[in-house]
Amino acid sequence: MLSDKDRIFTNLYGFKDRTLEGARARGDWNGTADLIAKGAEWIINEVKESGLRGRGGAGFSTGLKWSFMPKNTGRPHYLVINADESEPGTCKDREILRNEPHKLIEGCLIGGFAMQANASYIYVRGEFYHEAMALEKAVEEAYAAGLLGKNAAGSGWDFDIYVHRGAGAYICGEETALLESLEGRKGQPRNKPPFPAQAGLYSCPTTVNNVESVAVVPTILRRGAPWFAGFGRPKNSGTKIFSISGHVNNPCNVEESMSITLRELIEKHAGGVRGGWDNLLGVIPGGSSTPVIPADQCNDLIMDFDALREKGSGLGTAAVIVMDKSTDIIEAIERLSHFYKHESCGQCTPCREGTGWMWRVMRRMVKGNARVEEIDMLFEVTKQVEGHTICALGDAAAWPIQGLIRHFRPEIEARIAKYTRNAGAIAAE
Amino acid sequence: MSGAAPSAVSQPANFEFTPDNMEKAKKIIAKYPAGKQASALLPLLDLAQRQNDNWLPRAAMDHVAQILEMPPIRVYEVATFYTMYNKEPVGKHLVQLCRTTPCWLRGSDGIQKACENKLGIHAGETTADGLFTLMEVECLGACANAPMVQINDDFYEDLTPESMEAILDALARGEKPKTGSQTGRQTSSPAGGRTSLTDAGEA
Repeated sequence: MLSDKDRIFTNLYGFKDRTLEGARARGDWNGTADLIAKGAEWIINEVKESGLRGRGGAGFSTGLKWSFMPKNTGRPHYLVINADESEPGTCKDREILRNEPHKLIEGCLIGGFAMQANASYIYVRGEFYHEAMALEKAVEEAYAAGLLGKNAAGSGWDFDIYVHRGAGAYICGEETALLESLEGRKGQPRNKPPFPAQAGLYSCPTTVNNVESVAVVPTILRRGAPWFAGFGRPKNSGTKIFSISGHVNNPCNVEESMSITLRELIEKHAGGVRGGWDNLLGVIPGGSSTPVIPADQCNDLIMDFDALREKGSGLGTAAVIVMDKSTDIIEAIERLSHFYKHESCGQCTPCREGTGWMWRVMRRMVKGNARVEEIDMLFEVTKQVEGHTICALGDAAAWPIQGLIRHFRPEIEARIAKYTRNAGAIAAE
Repeated sequence: MSGAAPSAVSQPANFEFTPDNMEKAKKIIAKYPAGKQASALLPLLDLAQRQNDNWLPRAAMDHVAQILEMPPIRVYEVATFYTMYNKEPVGKHLVQLCRTTPCWLRGSDGIQKACENKLGIHAGETTADGLFTLMEVECLGACANAPMVQINDDFYEDLTPESMEAILDALARGEKPKTGSQTGRQTSSPAGGRTSLTDAGEA
């Protein structure tokens, strides 16, 4: 178990002073100019060496992503922060925004400098009104203290941060949809290439990073890449905020070591599965788009990118949705299908039509009002949606259903059999 | 996507930002590079909605289009794309009930029933006195504090049917009930007591 001295987010729950003064007392903004003085190459290399992989779901190396930014283009460069936290199960960035905003702000300055950006836009989901206000207040504090603006934090680098609120659209968590939205349009994803590093915000070189990915950087640089890389298995390194929801005794957010086992995570921090470990039905390990893992594979389940990928699922945002044996697993997934249907932006036909089609079949599956052959047909349709859209929302809508069919097919068949039997009995009356 | 046709409701003929809000609008526009004022569209629509009892009439969209020098249709398509813009009047308290899986696992069905019983309306409806509108919405991003609702700007978390009813009663009386967790825990720390960050005394 991670010890408190190795936790980055020491005010994750907001028990302590959230102001600049409090943040400074916890080590934020300590020697920022010295870190910047070591140069962009050093910063990017340290982030690479730390093994930090993007905390927003895709798990791509943050340092490598930063290195893709072109240099000396003569155009403005931007660092855009994705605080459009909306993946069901995920509620970690919310705590950073309201309790640890200075970690994010300092990370923006350092990352922005490393990518030759003089400005950062932080796109906060619209519903997080109070979180955006808390962040805004922290940004104002930073300006007043000379940590932002001209010669930010005495680094010689000019840097501005702007907080921008969204208006309710899950799709804006997709990086190019976020950029569209930030430019004042509908949040419909762009085709790639060009990638944002070449043509992003206002067609300028842009990197879009998740809140947590950037907020951990100052601490990594202060404590050294080997320190961060020392947690978790190789290529899965670091500490990570896990959001634990659903059927546990004490749902919570908690920062833990990567590669912790699911069981330790739940039992140490979330008070265990409701009704005991043996009452576990399954978990959705990394937010709604990651396929469910049934209980029989959960005993030694390791919570990191590669281990969960090997199980046919993913770490995603590390949002663990726990379901005990009282759960109607078909409805649990049907509700996710409804979510994706609601959130499809409508741009690509397979997603626009497919998410609605899949949800309507799923709704019948909840009742059992279907034919057994339709299970295979549904699976086939998920395969037709997956990989056939501009962005990953189509995939995200397909995967939960695939996981359900892969692991809980007998439940679906039993539901159909029961419904068919009852319908037959009624017809015979 | 949400897409109520703006023409379906009685629309005010005119809308203009108050002088105060016009100042705010200018500050918002200044956040974006010269010539990129369209970036201010979402925040300006939000500002307009706040000025207009939490709904966005067509005249407000046109006003914002004029300020940002955009064709009105560009504003309409944005206003109808995002769920937070209310294209028709809503109650004084807009109750948005999260129905997505993490809240459902923790009993959002019971919270919905409590709202329906207390208010005498279903999702999508407004009470006759204009005090409450009830809406079912997708994940609001407070899953470790499920079940939860958002009422206007505020989250109410760790709800039970009883605490939900108490909140609605308090709002109906014109009070401001406590926001956040209704069980008294600090943000998303474990209810059973902290398992990390236990050095509460330090800065």
